[in-house]
Amino acid sequence: MDTFDIVFYAFAAITVLSAFVVVFSRNIMYAAFSLLFTFCGVAGLYVLLQADFLAVTQILIYVGGILVLMLFGVMLTNKVVSVDIKTGTLHTIPAMILAAIVLGSLAAVFYATWSKTPDPATATTSTTKAIGELLMTNFVLPFEVASVILLAALVGAAFMARRTRKP
Amino acid sequence: MQILSEVFAWLPDVQLAHFLILSAILFTLGLYGIVTRRNAILVLMGLELVLNAANLNLIAFARYGGLNLDGQVAAIFVIILAAAEAAIALAIILNIFQRFQTINVDEVSSLKE
Repeated sequence: MDTFDIVFYAFAAITVLSAFVVVFSRNIMYAAFSLLFTFCGVAGLYVLLQADFLAVTQILIYVGGILVLMLFGVMLTNKVVSVDIKTGTLHTIPAMILAAIVLGSLAAVFYATWSKTPDPATATTSTTKAIGELLMTNFVLPFEVASVILLAALVGAAFMARRTRKP
Repeated sequence: MQILSEVFAWLPDVQLAHFLILSAILFTLGLYGIVTRRNAILVLMGLELVLNAANLNLIAFARYGGLNLDGQVAAIFVIILAAAEAAIALAIILNIFQRFQTINVDEVSSLKE
């Protein structure tokens, strides 16, 4: 039990508790803001796994981009005059059974391999340079495809979200 | 720190399985959110939880399972696609709201009739 373990359990607790709030809170704003803590907790776990570039990317894109987009969505799709930003749930009992089955089977698989976990790879320094080189050599085709997808998504989202003007 | 490590000494040392089980919990919570929520934006939030769980798995295997940096690059592509998906999905949700004045996924069922 050293500092690594303590920090892991702290971040794991933050992540799981705020994910519970995201899923079970009846208020949309509470869910959106606790999603922020979930993303930050996952970013902390990335740092523990020595993925520093990924952790910064997680903060920048998820917290700075996706979460702000979702808050905009919440604001734009609720009527301003009404304070009713509560939300209901559908068929919770089958969903609980489904979730329990999935979690149980996943945990069983992981528990079966518990003793076979390998030791971690040797500690590396900063991963940014190596990731950049990989993106330009081994992964250059997925990289280009991703850039085209981002462009298409950008144009498509801007086109769809624009208000249609009456002729 | 010394006191903390004595208090929590009963917890097992962290290894690969801890990250995997944590990501399984996140995945399950996201799945539950996707299935049960009525509000489409909250369904999207559940989807983000599922994607984060998958990413956590990829990076845990990058550290422990010998995937090395390939796992991290795969995680970067997942993040890219998540950003594109969120933008498109919110544009669709805004259109649904303009058309139906609601974004509850069970009330948008005009194709059924």
